[in-house]
Amino acid sequence: MAIAADRGHVHSPERSGAMERLQGLLPKIVLAPSFAAIVVFVYGFILFTGYLSFTNSRILPNFDLVGLANYTRLFGQPNWWLALKNLAIFGSLYIVICSVIGLGLAILLDQKIRGEGLLRPIYLYPMALSFIVTGTAWKWFLDPGIGVETIVRSWGFTTFTFNWIKDSQMAIYTVVIAAVWQSSGFVMAMFLAGLRGIDNEMIKAAQIDGASNFNLYRRIIIPQLRPAFLSAFVVLAHLAIKSYDLVIALTNGGPGRATELPATFMYSYTFTRNQMGVGAASAVIMLIMIASVIIPYIYAEVRGGQSNGR
Amino acid sequence: MAFLEIDHLVKRFGSTEVLKGIDISVDEGAFLVLVGPSGCGKSTLLSMIAGLDTITSGEVRIGGRRVNELHPSKRDIAMVFQSYALYPNMTVAENIAFGLEMRGVAKSEREAAVARVSEMLQIGHLLKRKPSQLSGGQRQRVAMGRALVRDPQVFLFDEPLSNLDAKLRVDMRTEIKRLHERMGTTIVYVTHDQIEAMTLATQIAVLRDGVLQQFGTPAEIYNNPVNVFVADFMGSPSMNLVPAKVREENGRTVVALARTGEAELTLDTGAAAQKLAGQIGREVLLGVRPEAITDADGADRNARTVVDAECHVDVVEPAGSDTFVVTSLGGKHVIARMRSDAAVRAKERARFAFNMDKAVYFDPATEKRVA
Amino acid sequence: MAASSPDTAVRTGRVTRAVIYTALIVFAFYYLLPLYVMLVNSVKPLAEIQGGAMLALPQAFTLAPWQSAWSTAQIGVSPTGLSPYFINSIVMVIPAVAISTILGALNGYVLTKWRFPGSTVVFAMMLLACFIPFQIVLIPMARILGLLGLAGTTSGLVLVHVVYGLGFTTLFFRNYYEAFPTELVKAAQIDGAGFFGIFRRILLPSSGPIIVVTVIWQFTNVWNDFLFGASFSSADSQPMTVALNNLVSSSTGVKEYNVHFAGAIMAALPTLIVYIVSGRYFVRGLMAGAVKG
Repeated sequence: MAIAADRGHVHSPERSGAMERLQGLLPKIVLAPSFAAIVVFVYGFILFTGYLSFTNSRILPNFDLVGLANYTRLFGQPNWWLALKNLAIFGSLYIVICSVIGLGLAILLDQKIRGEGLLRPIYLYPMALSFIVTGTAWKWFLDPGIGVETIVRSWGFTTFTFNWIKDSQMAIYTVVIAAVWQSSGFVMAMFLAGLRGIDNEMIKAAQIDGASNFNLYRRIIIPQLRPAFLSAFVVLAHLAIKSYDLVIALTNGGPGRATELPATFMYSYTFTRNQMGVGAASAVIMLIMIASVIIPYIYAEVRGGQSNGR
Repeated sequence: MAFLEIDHLVKRFGSTEVLKGIDISVDEGAFLVLVGPSGCGKSTLLSMIAGLDTITSGEVRIGGRRVNELHPSKRDIAMVFQSYALYPNMTVAENIAFGLEMRGVAKSEREAAVARVSEMLQIGHLLKRKPSQLSGGQRQRVAMGRALVRDPQVFLFDEPLSNLDAKLRVDMRTEIKRLHERMGTTIVYVTHDQIEAMTLATQIAVLRDGVLQQFGTPAEIYNNPVNVFVADFMGSPSMNLVPAKVREENGRTVVALARTGEAELTLDTGAAAQKLAGQIGREVLLGVRPEAITDADGADRNARTVVDAECHVDVVEPAGSDTFVVTSLGGKHVIARMRSDAAVRAKERARFAFNMDKAVYFDPATEKRVA
Repeated sequence: MAASSPDTAVRTGRVTRAVIYTALIVFAFYYLLPLYVMLVNSVKPLAEIQGGAMLALPQAFTLAPWQSAWSTAQIGVSPTGLSPYFINSIVMVIPAVAISTILGALNGYVLTKWRFPGSTVVFAMMLLACFIPFQIVLIPMARILGLLGLAGTTSGLVLVHVVYGLGFTTLFFRNYYEAFPTELVKAAQIDGAGFFGIFRRILLPSSGPIIVVTVIWQFTNVWNDFLFGASFSSADSQPMTVALNNLVSSSTGVKEYNVHFAGAIMAALPTLIVYIVSGRYFVRGLMAGAVKG
């Protein structure tokens, strides 16, 4: 409704006099630098990178258009396909395991647990750490020479082997382990907020209806966590596609190129292999991947917000 | 020349016309109430007088001066908001003095003004508190204090009592009226509560869908509504509006109301007969306020045309001071306001006295007043 | 009776509760394990770690690894320890957080209380900017920093972090001010306060919580950033994360695990302290950044 919608802000009426004119323009003047920065540094740069992806830029940008050649080369690279495959493995496991652990912990924590105030921060603190720190810790903890393998062997299981981080088939799963460790507590917090938002009276009603705890969660509570699932999915997918730091610190893309991800691929092709055009093309593909997750989500959020009214 | 003039005021948000050409003018010292259902544009109109909303076309003049282009702070107005809009980070005293501070009034003068106003509103003991430490009624007083301290030409009130509980609302209503009588400053007051409008106003403007329906004194609006909307909106319980047929019977003009299971009821139109001459043989909407339908002994002795009739009683609702009695006429529930000791019982017949002096008649198609 | 509890009304039996507590505690150990590993091994002689006693408490307690990590360890080409890089990070973080928070507050104020035709589009563009993969801006950013003469400088990194933090800081303040009663702004207008007067006197005094959330969010993100630091810094402007990675992944010589762990804790300490001191606000920021964006 027009009237209600307009209550949200103050109009700056036309004024007379230079000072008042200035007052009227102030909001725009204040916003202008930020807006200009976003336009240039985000949207301008996206266009620039997009343009570069159609040029034969190598060590430095140049502006000779070569059509889709970079994209053809990109998708002709086994390394790029490996990066995509790794992203698919890493992304899906990361999202699924984080969601399962996050939801499980949230449900357990929601049982009126004594010491919740102590446990919650323990689950969440990894989110405050840099991926480089996380990577360093897990890199040596998973290292067969000093970490888990050695520890378990020292307990007497002398044939125990755990060398995934050195195994090009399995290394990507160590990235999953470290990433899940870092993010699952955060997912727990999102689900916990969702659980706490559910109407208590409905739960009581379901209990009076004779629902067991299992059915209560399966039929009544978890279906209502849809928004939390959606948010968790979007955040995790976004983090997965952008993942760079953790891989660098944990495996540096190795062994060999076994843990290559699109982000590490882009960086190495652009800055160390001097194939800027291909690097730009891979960045564009990454942008498209993220946009295909984020834009529908924001669109739904904005539309949902409008239909709820103010 | 009137003091506050609103001259063909139009407001558009995009393609939606929210106010469609409003003309109102009141003299200095008037208490103008803008009343109407939510979404009628009354708050937008107030915002435009305040300068918080731009004017699409038309003109607002205060004391003969066009204020369309003036910033709100330069219009010499003060406003009391529905939510009170007290600054949460400032004490009561700072809240009241803020407007003076912004205008560069010296500290000693501000303190004197705050003391004067807080005494008037009996909030002196609250001056050091923050708004969050006040009750609803106290916040209301502080909000008024903030307006009063400025001693403006016009006070604007935007539904100031709607957040108070029922009893406090009545008390504050009386207080606002007393303040107005004491200071004599022009007030524009927005409300959706027609009782507030009736009790406070010297002039009422009834709005609907951005159109001014009627502008007049409370008595004019109440007794002589120009259309069905105003008749229905003002008054509680609201006016009975019953389909009826105008007829000529034995040289007298009467209205006939259908009844289920018995003969129709005919009511003499009395003084309205002349105006109804053109309506003979046609349908009208008869409007009678509940207090104009009484028990036979409770009828107004000075009324010229009172028609007694026996009707079937559907429901009896004792309300202490009065008893509301519901019957059915013309397919509608009709409420009569009888004395509390009137001998009526539900599902029985009783005598009703219709004071036809107070009856009004509308065209059912245009909903405009015909007599 | 559980009826008065604010939590869910779900009720569980005694055995179930024992299982629940066990599971919760096992997970607590899982989350604490890497921190424990870093801590105990940062105060052990290297030989103890190489001997396979990573989980054991130190037999010969020593602070030498910390000393080495801080002031003598080889980072890149020079044996400076992490201390200069720690200072680089601080010099970078403070202005980056301050500027982006101030701009975010002003933007949020304009976008909620002084809307103009097109302001929704401006906000939508800023919101979308929060989610771009930074890989898409690396190449042009490197070039622009070069053109501005800021390549390899801390000022350049500050600029980068301000620009790419703006979306989130604006989002935080916009959502907060959206719920701030507009009638207060109208009342202040009638009282005669101007654009900055209303911001300073009316909105800012009530903005404490969102300022804390924003500062923590920005601090954590800027401090923990690696990609921009790795891409746009030179040897003498490298932030802590880049230096730590150089320390850990240097392939020359014996791997000094204990020094690496000490360095990792140093890099983690500032954000960890912020988290411990004001975890509530930290979580609120995470949620606001995630759910609303």
